[in-house]
Amino acid sequence: MIQKLQRTIAELSWKKVLRLTNVRIVSQAFFFAVFLFSVWATWTTRLGGYPVSRILEMDPLVMVANILSTGHVYRYLGWGLVIIVVTLLFGRVFCNWICPYGTLHQFIGWLFNVRNGKERIDSNRYADFYFVKYAILTVFLIMAFMGSLQIGLLDPICLMYRTFATVVAPMSDMGIDQLSNGLRLLNADTHFLDNLKFGPGVEERFFVGSFWIGVMIVFLVGMNIVIPRFFCRVLCPLGAFLGTLSRFAVFRINRDVHKCTDCNLCLTRCEGAADPQGAVRQSECFSCMNCIDDCPEDALSFTMTGLDTKQVVASPDLGRRRFFFASLAGVMAVPFVKTHGVNVDHHFSPELIRPPGSVEEAEFLKKCIKCDQCINSCPTNVLQPASTHQGGIEALWTPVMDFRMGHCQLKCTMCSEVCPTGAIRKITVEEKMGKGDYLEEGPVRLGTAFFDKGRCLPHAMEIPCVVCEEVCPVSPKAIQTKDVEAKDVYGNIVVLNKPFMVPDLCIGCGICEHECPVKDDRAVYVTAVGESRSKERRLLLRQRELKDA
Amino acid sequence: MKKAKDGIQHPDYEKAPMSRRALLGKIAATGGIAGAAGYAAWAPEGAPGSLRDTSGLRSVPKVTPLRLPDFRVEKPAGAADVGIGRHSDPLQNDASMLRAALDAIGGLQHYVKRGDIVMVKPNVAFDRAPALGATSNPRLLKELIHMLIVDCGAQEVRVADNPIESPPDCFAKSRIGEASQTAGGRVYLPDSNAFKMLHTPGAKLIENWWFFHRPFTNVDKVIGLAPIKDHNLCSASMGMKNWYGLLGGTRNQFHQDIHGIVSDLSVMMRPTLTILDGTHVLMQNGPTGGDPSNVKMGDAVIAAVDPVACDAWAFEYLLERGRDYPSYLYMAEEKGSGKVDWAGRVKEIQA
Repeated sequence: MIQKLQRTIAELSWKKVLRLTNVRIVSQAFFFAVFLFSVWATWTTRLGGYPVSRILEMDPLVMVANILSTGHVYRYLGWGLVIIVVTLLFGRVFCNWICPYGTLHQFIGWLFNVRNGKERIDSNRYADFYFVKYAILTVFLIMAFMGSLQIGLLDPICLMYRTFATVVAPMSDMGIDQLSNGLRLLNADTHFLDNLKFGPGVEERFFVGSFWIGVMIVFLVGMNIVIPRFFCRVLCPLGAFLGTLSRFAVFRINRDVHKCTDCNLCLTRCEGAADPQGAVRQSECFSCMNCIDDCPEDALSFTMTGLDTKQVVASPDLGRRRFFFASLAGVMAVPFVKTHGVNVDHHFSPELIRPPGSVEEAEFLKKCIKCDQCINSCPTNVLQPASTHQGGIEALWTPVMDFRMGHCQLKCTMCSEVCPTGAIRKITVEEKMGKGDYLEEGPVRLGTAFFDKGRCLPHAMEIPCVVCEEVCPVSPKAIQTKDVEAKDVYGNIVVLNKPFMVPDLCIGCGICEHECPVKDDRAVYVTAVGESRSKERRLLLRQRELKDA
Repeated sequence: MKKAKDGIQHPDYEKAPMSRRALLGKIAATGGIAGAAGYAAWAPEGAPGSLRDTSGLRSVPKVTPLRLPDFRVEKPAGAADVGIGRHSDPLQNDASMLRAALDAIGGLQHYVKRGDIVMVKPNVAFDRAPALGATSNPRLLKELIHMLIVDCGAQEVRVADNPIESPPDCFAKSRIGEASQTAGGRVYLPDSNAFKMLHTPGAKLIENWWFFHRPFTNVDKVIGLAPIKDHNLCSASMGMKNWYGLLGGTRNQFHQDIHGIVSDLSVMMRPTLTILDGTHVLMQNGPTGGDPSNVKMGDAVIAAVDPVACDAWAFEYLLERGRDYPSYLYMAEEKGSGKVDWAGRVKEIQA
């Protein structure tokens, strides 16, 4: 046994250990860890200056789509250039060396591989419908240009971030809670387990409707069993974007036709279905380097010199006709989703309450990539992925505030801190509260609170309560009380502090709604009207002067 | 199993007859399992091993509630019930004011012994800076933990609260978390499963209620460290109201009987000591505050073995609201938590 091990170690050659595919695996593991770290570090007690959104900001499709929709580059979005430059040098290396979502697909495909040699070769041949991703890209980019940013639905980084923030993180936290609960029965100290949690120090977080986000990833990952790298080959708009750039790449896979015996073994583990056995499809190739490993004749290389210009299909397989129809679909898509009319200034949902710092709604829809990084950062769980209920299909999975889940903490600007695209503009606490330099503008208002007096305990039932007044965080309080002594139905004299709203002071933080004991349909509730980000959705003509507050 | 084709036996077919012994064994095994299952399902409820549940109530999970011990310690002879440390410049001298207050009630070392596990309960209800007076004073907390560990030789000091806003944020921005950690205390945040059912006989509203139990495992002494705050509904939130922060569940219902709940809290928690911070007094817009103009600079730190008397004194002298005490103080007195009338039981020491 030991002799055998010694022999194996002796036979190890560095050339073999350091071959490109192994280096690639290290790179994938590294970037996957970076991704996990970003999700983990996006928490109020951990965010000590880490650029936790960088992996989103480096996504070149986010940058390009945002430039198309807004004409500008927000904060750190310029980092997208890094990936573009890398692609112009080495082709779509992003897909198989960096992209954590690609790594997930490759890993799952490897783990649950059901194919043997011949079947694997067949499953890795290029198929005609792989052009679909270019059509999706065309549709999304045209939609972005026309003012509706939808790339986030399928962009792999956004998609994966969204899934981790709203499904994986809370699930994992629940598991760790169960574990620490069990350990505590044995009198163990479980403080160390807090380090493994994505949201330590708070009760379980829930994300309304996240089931469907989970179903989406289960479907997409599961499809690897039917078609290897299904998402990457067929749907990924970022891959398509990089595929259109990779034709200019300096390096690519090159086949030496004199050495090649047409054995097709290079297809055994070809991730991109890039046809290395024939004319390599440069736009499809992920540069995974597996074919170089698998070639028994050493006919394949990743190189910039001596390229065989006949053995390559440089540009994507999107013909003029397909491109035309995809463009047409894109042009029609925007008026199609806008006509739905559930998120326009004269008809919008009272529940469409955006986080503090959000830009005006039409601009918001041009910027938000549905990555749900803001939702991940929120310490009170108030931020939730929107269903189609709040803002229609266009605003699906964008952040909205659900004050039954939490409230917007007065001195917190976490979501604005981490937003990569400026849909939630970076604001300071001073700006949020309308103090100091922002006295003129006043505080950021998310909406306005209203009373349902038919359900309010002091108003309708002569029972004392006013939790809402107690927790109202502004000074002076936006909820004030009229104190009356009344005889209740049993003849007892009760002092009722009947609450009422001072809308001029209300910032719509929703703590009143969250703390209201009428738990299902709250007696005090915040609706979107009066939000300060929009002139069209405001409520009061002016804020009245407070003479002696 | 391969089928016979065209009436011809498949060549792989092999006959496997079962022996009598094997058959009897199978019958016995099946009968045994079926019999045992039948017994478990049909035997009357009291029988050993019976799973029967005729009413459907047997399967309702039973909660064995916790009980909290009485943490009070007899004060030394000659010491006051309420000790007050005073200084004309409270911002610089709050630590010595705390020591003076504790000296007036017999010194902290009398109450906390070497090797004790001490739980300190500050008020960290909101996400506010310390100067706004809505949360406990971190400087006092730091000094208190330091005294507990260095002077008294406490084995462990735990700091816990269940805030209204996000716990990690509240502990960070009130600086309570930082103060605890630098002084050597340990912060317990209320995450999932942090609550257990607590049984408190004599507490009407919370006889059985969810309680933030985790920091109380094996605790010997409990000290409340509370700010003094205005409160619309019950007039003032001080030392006794501070224990509200250990409740879980739908605690916002308790505003329907605020005096009842505060007096119940004084039954639920019989603390070793209550310490009130009279340096930042939230005079209005409480209990959230939010503006520095709501805060009055006071000149006292109070330490007491009688939680009722110290609240009464603070109400009168620091909140300046006269002798029209909130009715929860009298209710707490009725429930045996202390005495409202503090006359002759207070000792002031200039720090």
